[in-house]
Amino acid sequence: MEKQTVKINVNGVDYEVEAGQNVLEACRKVGVEIPHFCYHENLSVVGNCRMCLVMTGMPARDRATGQVLQKADGTFEIAWAPKPAIACGTRVAENMHVITDSDEVRRCRESVLEFILLNHPLDCPICDKAGECRLQEYSHAFGSGKSRYVESKNVKPKKVNVANKIMLDAERCIQCSRCIRISREIGGKDIFGFTKRGSKTEISVYEGADNESNYLLNVVDCCPVGALTEKEFRFEMRTWFLKVTDSICAESSAGVNTRVWSREGKIYRITPRKNPFVNDAWMSDSGRYVYDRFEKGNRLESARIDSSPSDKGYAAQRCVEILKLGKVAIVANGWQTVEEQFLIGELAKACDAKVYMASHVDEDDGKLVSADRTPNLRGALVTGLISEYPKPDLKELAEKVRSGEVKTVLCFREDLIDLGFEPKDFKSANIIYCGALENDTSRDAKVCVPLRSEFEKEGMWINRQFRVQKFDRAVEAPKNSYCDCEFLVAVLREVSGASFETPSIKRVRKVMCEKIPALRGCENVGKLGVLIDGSAFAHIAFPETDAMHFKKDSREA
Amino acid sequence: MAAQEDRIIYSHIGLEGWNASIEKYIESGGYRILAETVKRPREELCDEMSKSNVKGRGGAGFPIGRKWSLLDRKSGKPIYLVCNADESEPGTCKDRLIIYEDPHRLIESIMCAAYAINAAQAFIYIRGEYINGYRVLIEAIEEAKKKNFVGKNVCGGDYSCEITVTRGAGCYVCGEETGLLSSLMGGRAYPRIKPPYFPAVMGIYDCPTIVNNVESLCWVPIVFDKGGEAVSKIGVPGDPGTHIWGVSGQVQKPGRYEIATGACTLGELLYDLCGGPLAGRRFKAVIPGGSSMKILRWDEKFNFKMPDGSMKEIRTEDIPLDSGSFMQCGTAIGSCGIIVMDNTVDMVEAAANLAQFYAHESCGQCTPCREGTMWMSRIATRICEGWGRKEDVDLLKSVADNIVGRTICALGEGAAWPIQSNVAKFKDEYCAKIERQKKDGGQGRLDNNAYRLI
Repeated sequence: MEKQTVKINVNGVDYEVEAGQNVLEACRKVGVEIPHFCYHENLSVVGNCRMCLVMTGMPARDRATGQVLQKADGTFEIAWAPKPAIACGTRVAENMHVITDSDEVRRCRESVLEFILLNHPLDCPICDKAGECRLQEYSHAFGSGKSRYVESKNVKPKKVNVANKIMLDAERCIQCSRCIRISREIGGKDIFGFTKRGSKTEISVYEGADNESNYLLNVVDCCPVGALTEKEFRFEMRTWFLKVTDSICAESSAGVNTRVWSREGKIYRITPRKNPFVNDAWMSDSGRYVYDRFEKGNRLESARIDSSPSDKGYAAQRCVEILKLGKVAIVANGWQTVEEQFLIGELAKACDAKVYMASHVDEDDGKLVSADRTPNLRGALVTGLISEYPKPDLKELAEKVRSGEVKTVLCFREDLIDLGFEPKDFKSANIIYCGALENDTSRDAKVCVPLRSEFEKEGMWINRQFRVQKFDRAVEAPKNSYCDCEFLVAVLREVSGASFETPSIKRVRKVMCEKIPALRGCENVGKLGVLIDGSAFAHIAFPETDAMHFKKDSREA
Repeated sequence: MAAQEDRIIYSHIGLEGWNASIEKYIESGGYRILAETVKRPREELCDEMSKSNVKGRGGAGFPIGRKWSLLDRKSGKPIYLVCNADESEPGTCKDRLIIYEDPHRLIESIMCAAYAINAAQAFIYIRGEYINGYRVLIEAIEEAKKKNFVGKNVCGGDYSCEITVTRGAGCYVCGEETGLLSSLMGGRAYPRIKPPYFPAVMGIYDCPTIVNNVESLCWVPIVFDKGGEAVSKIGVPGDPGTHIWGVSGQVQKPGRYEIATGACTLGELLYDLCGGPLAGRRFKAVIPGGSSMKILRWDEKFNFKMPDGSMKEIRTEDIPLDSGSFMQCGTAIGSCGIIVMDNTVDMVEAAANLAQFYAHESCGQCTPCREGTMWMSRIATRICEGWGRKEDVDLLKSVADNIVGRTICALGEGAAWPIQSNVAKFKDEYCAKIERQKKDGGQGRLDNNAYRLI
């Protein structure tokens, strides 16, 4: 079906825009920003901040006949509305005229900002929101710069602890009601609410309702001012010092789009990034702290051969030697990027190895934490590493090790002890461990190669919808670690003798997209990702349930 | 000719031996119209309503018939009728008398209207403070149910409709159409944005809903009985019917007076019916339609267009009592609650009093009203307490200007209009007060003789 469009005129310029949307969205799409506090594209419209007031007009109609009056040159006589209208609550209509830059509109914005600032504490210097505060930005852009208010400001609760995750400062609140709508419409439960009336209105938390939701921190991202701040991030770092990297959440196969905020190699916070096909503007609270697991001092610091530290180059060399002995099995995982999985596939072919994987399944919350807690299991299917949904353990492989059928296990990230191996199995086979973290396997492995965490490398993951999404490197990797792809290319080159001339990830990606039909055209997937055809795997019983933008049975978003 | 009352809605009130029982009401011919109405086709009834051109009596003055015609009948959703009995406009108390003294008139009216718009359920949203009124209504509905005027198969026909009475949440903004619906659904009385929440399309539970004022609904059976044509001939053409003027403030005989529109002037009402000002005083100002409307100075003069088209200069006391005439004079009749102020009233205090009311009653949802009403109240109170500055007069006006037309509901206008007009028309008083306070070098209230309003 063709999309319906309407003609609108914004500040004297004609545009053709999609019908059915509101004026604010239509203007944003043609490059005219209308300031707003309460409106959020993924929430219901309440129109209470009055910041987005614009002048609207429709072509005048003849009173008697109802005919649109058109001038000889095709233009219309415009009947302007007597009052300004809220852009968020007004739908575009054919030949609608909108003015966003007149003196009247400027006066509206200035007065609304003046009203909001009456009772807003001017504590920007100690406010965590400073630098990314809507009120601050708009005050600079549209405010009058001086205050005519001489009375004392309202006093409201200032340090309210919400579920040990959020600090609520009711004085800074501008009553936009976004947090109320998020908890109701996204979290599915009322957590915030207004109490009192008029200027005394304050945001407060329902007693006892505040500590269950895993989607609570979304209110912090959406709070246009510093009323709701994340406890973890509070007073940690000024936002303008932070570097922002587009990333993907590694928590589950939902593939939530994120932003990683870091400075000098340290990650300070993770926030959701808008993707209307995956996560809208939301993410789970648990997903915000996945970086914790790489910061707790259990990183695999340097390469080891037979438990003694070694240069990473030697370790790679040793790997090659062991792999050349034959009878190899490779343990891959769902945290690896598609590129790495592709290289593992090539490596498996080169040394005639079988690839094993273990599933990591937990409870599905029907929203953005899916049952499969690895971000890229679909990648292993698409690259052909596996053809069935993996079992939760590697007992099959352990048996083969015991029977001597497998002599070498190249294990990535997984802890074999957890998955059915016993310590004595480490004696009967050569275990090579490659990963970012120390675990029981790394301690006993013959060779350990330190690799990188999700935040230290770039690549692509395929989420539960079979959407290929790209993430960038957020922070510098530890000095002694190998880039996963580099390591795999180096090993592959030695084992197979094939030439992968430059070990750059772009090169690997290019080769991969040429070789794997399903990934054709995925070389540059952009910010929103690319949906690929997953119908070949329709027979597999995936553990994910229906959730936001995901239907179990249809592969469509 | 001295002004005369013309009681149509209040026809029973004040009669010898009258009480609120159903027997009395049936004796006087009550429920006859309902029995006839349920046998008539609905289109015809709605047509009569449109022809009558009777305006809503809640304050906005939107014609009842036009409101009904906007109803979304195609959606397939049930239609609801809500009677707005949340009468909380300062100076207005007309509906209270109907509810307390003549509840069956209201019930018959609701059933007539409910039948005409084919409502699945009717609600009465009564002001929380009208506790006895609530009891009266509950009792009256029980009585009417027993006689089969409410409930299943009304008057033996095949139409059924129940009436539910809900007590309001004690808030001025509950009387706002969409705020009322939010409150009726159990939420905070937050008015909703229009579009999309036009009650006739997306009202209670997102179903088409008609919200009518008590007095407006009382016109429904009268229109059905006499015919739209006949009713439209009562009073002046633009605003047919009668208005119940609730006169309060400094007059000899405050009270409620039902007068056909245009039948007399403001002066005739205040002097002939209300007995004029208190002894030794003179009128100074009048707020014509509940506190939300613009104030009129008693010595103001207007260029008035007479019905024959000629222009004439008239004074405030010559304004005929109908909505069009007050519109010409830059104000509106609103809910017909006239507040009279005489020369003892300090206008700054009066304004501060009103501003405090609106600051207290603002629901706090949208920015200009939430913060603006509070600001106006603080400025006005500050002036009264002796801390006024010269620039405060203009500041007050500017704040009021910044509220008008930028809010979700009409409370913003209702709060800003009286202040705007008060400051504009009595600016001299503001300036003099501030000046005097400055000269005396003191703080605090200086006009100790004045009637204290805050």
